[in-house]
Amino acid sequence: MTLIGWAQIALVLGCALLLAVPVGRWLAALAEGRLGGLARLDAAVLRAAGVDASRGQSWQGFLLAMLAFNAAGFALLYAILRLQGVLPLNPQGFASIPPYLAFNTAISFVTNTNWQAYSGEAAMSHLSQMMGLAVQNFLSAATGIALAFAVMRAFATGGVTQLGNFWADLTRITLWLLLPGTLLAAFAFIAMGVPQTLAASVIAATPSGGEQTIALGPVAFQLAIKHLGTNGGGFFGVNSLHPFEGPSALATSLQIVLQVVLPFGLCLAFGRIVGDARQGRALLAVMVGFVLVATLSIYAAEAAGNPLHIAAGVSPIQGNMEGKDVRFGLALAALFTATTTGASCGAVNAMIDSFTPLGGLVPLFLIQLGEVLPGGVGSGLYGMLVFALLAVFIAGLMVGRTPEYLGKKVQAREVKLAMLAVLVLPAVILGFTAAALVLPMGLASLQDAGPHGLTEMLYAYSSAAGNNGSAFGGLTADTPWLNTTLGLSMLLGRFAFVIPVLAIAGSLAAKPRAPEGPGTLPTHGPLFIGLLAGVILILGGLQYLPSLALGPIAEHFAMLAGQTF
Amino acid sequence: MQSAPALFDSAIIRQAAIDAVRKLNPGHLVRNPVIFVTEVVSILVTLLAARDAAAGIPWGFQAGVAAWLWLTVLFATFAEAVAEGRGKARAASLRAARGDTMARFVPLPEDTTQTIPRAAGELRRGDHVLVEAGEIIPSDGEIVQGIASVNESAVTGESAPVIREAGGDRSAVTGGTLVVSDRILVRITAEAGGTFLDRMIAMVEGASRQKTPNEIALDILLAGMTIIFLIAVVTLVGFASYSGAAPSVVVLAALLVTLIPTTIGGLLSAIGIAGMDRLVRFNVLATSGRAVEAAGDVDVLLLDKTGTITFGNRQAAAFIAAPGVSETEIAEAAVLASLADETPEGRSILAFARERYGITLPAMTPEARPVPFTAQTRMSGMDLPSGSYRKGAVDSLAATLNQAVPAALSAGIDRIARTGATPLAVAKDGRILGAIELKDIVKPGMRERFAELRRMGIRTVMVTGDNRLTAAAIAAEAGVDDFLAEANPQEKLDYIRAQQAGGRLVAMAGDGTNDAPALAQADVGLAMQTGTQAAREAGNMVDLDSDPTKLIEVVEIGKQLLITRGALTTFSIANDVAKYFAILPAIFVTQYPGLAALNVMGLTSPQSAILSAVIFNALIIVALVPLALRGVAYASLGAAALLRRNLLIYGLGGLVAPFIGIKIIDVLLTLIGVA
Amino acid sequence: MLRPLLSLLLGSTLLLGVAVPLGVTAIAGLTMPERAGGSLIRREGQVIGSALIGQNFEGDRWFRGRPSATSAAPYDASSSAASQLGPTSAALLAAVTERVSGAREVPADAATASGSGLDPHISPESARRQIARIAAARNLPVQRLATLVEQNIEARELGLLGEPRVNVLRINLALEAFR
Repeated sequence: MTLIGWAQIALVLGCALLLAVPVGRWLAALAEGRLGGLARLDAAVLRAAGVDASRGQSWQGFLLAMLAFNAAGFALLYAILRLQGVLPLNPQGFASIPPYLAFNTAISFVTNTNWQAYSGEAAMSHLSQMMGLAVQNFLSAATGIALAFAVMRAFATGGVTQLGNFWADLTRITLWLLLPGTLLAAFAFIAMGVPQTLAASVIAATPSGGEQTIALGPVAFQLAIKHLGTNGGGFFGVNSLHPFEGPSALATSLQIVLQVVLPFGLCLAFGRIVGDARQGRALLAVMVGFVLVATLSIYAAEAAGNPLHIAAGVSPIQGNMEGKDVRFGLALAALFTATTTGASCGAVNAMIDSFTPLGGLVPLFLIQLGEVLPGGVGSGLYGMLVFALLAVFIAGLMVGRTPEYLGKKVQAREVKLAMLAVLVLPAVILGFTAAALVLPMGLASLQDAGPHGLTEMLYAYSSAAGNNGSAFGGLTADTPWLNTTLGLSMLLGRFAFVIPVLAIAGSLAAKPRAPEGPGTLPTHGPLFIGLLAGVILILGGLQYLPSLALGPIAEHFAMLAGQTF
Repeated sequence: MQSAPALFDSAIIRQAAIDAVRKLNPGHLVRNPVIFVTEVVSILVTLLAARDAAAGIPWGFQAGVAAWLWLTVLFATFAEAVAEGRGKARAASLRAARGDTMARFVPLPEDTTQTIPRAAGELRRGDHVLVEAGEIIPSDGEIVQGIASVNESAVTGESAPVIREAGGDRSAVTGGTLVVSDRILVRITAEAGGTFLDRMIAMVEGASRQKTPNEIALDILLAGMTIIFLIAVVTLVGFASYSGAAPSVVVLAALLVTLIPTTIGGLLSAIGIAGMDRLVRFNVLATSGRAVEAAGDVDVLLLDKTGTITFGNRQAAAFIAAPGVSETEIAEAAVLASLADETPEGRSILAFARERYGITLPAMTPEARPVPFTAQTRMSGMDLPSGSYRKGAVDSLAATLNQAVPAALSAGIDRIARTGATPLAVAKDGRILGAIELKDIVKPGMRERFAELRRMGIRTVMVTGDNRLTAAAIAAEAGVDDFLAEANPQEKLDYIRAQQAGGRLVAMAGDGTNDAPALAQADVGLAMQTGTQAAREAGNMVDLDSDPTKLIEVVEIGKQLLITRGALTTFSIANDVAKYFAILPAIFVTQYPGLAALNVMGLTSPQSAILSAVIFNALIIVALVPLALRGVAYASLGAAALLRRNLLIYGLGGLVAPFIGIKIIDVLLTLIGVA
Repeated sequence: MLRPLLSLLLGSTLLLGVAVPLGVTAIAGLTMPERAGGSLIRREGQVIGSALIGQNFEGDRWFRGRPSATSAAPYDASSSAASQLGPTSAALLAAVTERVSGAREVPADAATASGSGLDPHISPESARRQIARIAAARNLPVQRLATLVEQNIEARELGLLGEPRVNVLRINLALEAFR
């Protein structure tokens, strides 16, 4: 670890936090329908789409609209992938995507996971990338934010049954937030060297006398939304490590900023909407705190290098460089990894599979903690609020009152729904991983033996259920078993979580907001921030300790003992 | 306050030990998911140990784990039984009071000479009975005719008889209480089995105990955590099999039971019962646990001024002398003028003069001619050879003496009136010497209590029939946050509704029939035992001592109940970290010797590590029973300070304690050679 | 519900999937054709590579890039890939040991495979360690190569971000120019 490395981390994270302030303000305006000069245009678009923004939906109505829209999005994407071979804009002449993979991929992009069981440049036509995957990058992100808006409104109001209008939210988020943000970022990326061309590839006659086929494509636009929408599905197989997706340290820094700015900004928007900026900042502080600790842990683990390799004669100065490119450096790789796994983005600028055991444990654990640190766009905030409700419940009892969060009493119904939501991840992650580790069709996909193989499998299901999408690699993911079970994991991780969350929102919206008094548990100070962090660790993380002990922790001690597998 | 049985009364413990075993019935335990799961696991491990014993495989470890798992369940049922036992002891004495009374049923209330003997249990609501001195009132009712002094010690524990009479706010009588004098005609207001005494017995026995809303929510949280850890342990089989390990079912069972929140799961119902018991010992009877919990949530406390905040009668508080008159002079004059005043106000003047100026009562000489106080003259006085003394309302005295109040004095008199007090003028030989300030005296210590409530986050509102001026002055002196002046029942009700509409919970105390609507509307309505039947039924708590300030203690008991649950939940969850460190390396150290590094406690062997964790997990329940019964000490700090304190003790303590406890048990097991 | 659903799904597919990306491509092609086209390096009209994509240089006469794990052949720019080998992988240790081949203090980037398989850079230290070998093979003075390496070290971006590095294709093109 170097001082310059720390300075890089501080600079990039600082920029993200600064940018989150205006973004948060705009998010709050969007949620409250304050569109300023865009109002007339907005009204015209909504009218054309047959949407009446003033007609609010109950939580069930909101949920139904969201589910129907996502189901239709899934069907369309599945059809595009299955028909890729006969559709235009396919310069490489790729075949249609087979059913299991198409199922897995379509779910993956609709759920904002972007798990990729294929290599983009070797399987996807331009049409599939642009009209299929990139469009879902927008829509799945907008869905997440719309859900977060609904939950925010539930806290802000009292005695109402309506949570807003899903269609209006979706349209506004897409048109007035994601699209302009993506355009700005896309041109910035092009200026940094990211290609945006319809040419599929170019053949170079190399100076050393060989030939190199260089894959190209409309990368920049998709890259921009991939990070802004915390989607993470790369145009190329190695994602943001590919020199065309991550041409420079500056480009990778911009990607880091993009993938956390909306989750960060949503916290601040939440504070604005509930009328107490400190509440949003407290949630943000928990997120940033975890990101910082995670970044420094990864950085320290990777900078220490691999003792096996050092013993073989490798200099320890650069740290562990397997699976990393030179231009980013360890500090930005660590920050990128912490934010991409914490933010449910899933893009990578270093191969996590080849991290040291502890360096790999951190991103895995961040995903398992529920994808709330800072979590995906929208899903991070509503996931965090579920933890906040549980933290308030336990702490509220300890101050001798029926627990209250932002003036809303947390009672049996909320606790029940919150626990239902919290149960989804461990059930899916541990259940499917354990099955895959004993069933031959699961084991067949593993590349590495020993504890590292266990970690690879655990990571795959964690990533899918957490809607992260990053891969620990080393797993032959394109098999019927994995495509199906990972597809189900993504589906449950997204929607089985969202349903109880919206139900909580519906229940909270109906409750009156009690005024704050001296006996009210303050939910903005350092004490609450610490408590919330503790609840996330204990309620969200404790159940994974046995599997982590058998995976990365066992591998760590094996590595120290000089053991290989 | 009732004398509390010692925390561990030996008779209660004996009975509880028996009940604890009876409570192992799975049909009963299923209400408590955590302990139910523990019992199922215990059965499983017992069967496995038996199977191994039958097969001749070493079975000591399995049997040890099984035994301690059973003890875990037993300790939990024992905790509940002890809590219930304390209530049962009191219920028994109440039952004795109820007895099997024969009542004198009056078929025609107009004609009380005709009575028919009828068992108390057969009386219906609306029946009339005649009760005479020496008889026990057969059921709850209202006196329709007569007046009697009644000994209510069976219910209140207070043996001094109280007066009960037809009409007014003192008409309610309670079944099981004894008429000491006179004779009354009572209309029965409760169905058999539904009397106050019946409800009280049911309440203290815990028979009608239903889970309170917070308890249900907490139960769900604990059940959810149990499921999470069930998933973690069951799936561990797959992880272990991949890693080449095959932990036995016994070991996995041990891991599961130590991880699920057995500590709070085992103590949860004991905490609830003990909370009710604390209230009962405080001589307050709640109709449901829900009401006690609501008390902890109260934001606004409505207290009547008279009798609650102030002593309820005006008393002398100062003498103001006219120019050229010494204070001793006016004090003496006031005493002489008040000797003939038998009203409490008059007597308070004598007491004040004695305390403040050391003036003793002069001996009455035969020539003394008293002028007694009358409501018409609003004056009293004494004619002595030394002079003619008068004291009375300023305007009447001035009119009688045909003398204007000296200008220098009238400023002082105005000031007294402005602060809501009453000025009296004192005159000697037709000359006004000065004034007496009579005012409503705030009970000592009230200001501090209200400040304490404020720190707890509760606003106190004083309710009074006084005018705004008087109310404001007393409110300021007592240090309440707000007041409701010239209040009538409707205004009280409206005020409560307005507060509730703003999301606040309101508590109030009341006794009169007038108070009934407000008591019913309030979230916590504390009715006085001496109050009317209407008030007692409208409230959700009854104070047997009829002390309205007890609302404050009730609030504290409510809060203490919630805090105890929260604190033990936190403790229970925090314990898991250490248990992982004990058991995980023990299970997998053979596959991955490096994991021995996680054995931070340095436990002797895998078997002793697992057994130590299980034993700690069981013993901690017993160790915390006293805390569960007594409740976590409540201090009226702000919420933040309270949370910090409890997090530090129960969060951090819960993290650290098991590391120490498990290590100690491991050392002991090693010493006695079990491991 | 059907009307908003269909109009929003199809509208966004046409807008975000066709119109906008094509528009962005067109604007980028007009304003930044070089960068939008892949930062290609041409010599006499012929594309000889991309400044951003590493190439496979073998033999003693070239500065060699990092080990590449792309599947068919190293530096296959039509299918990027990493080794995905874990830290305790015996295969990885064997590969590292082979690359180190008995030397000490070998720069990590020279001993380990890059993440993209297309890493265009090596560390300055890795470049410096190759000087003697290339000087011998090309019969060039060591000092001249040392100067070449120092001239080709790219500083951290904005003076802070990333790591100092040497672009292998560029330095090899400069090396070729010595003839």
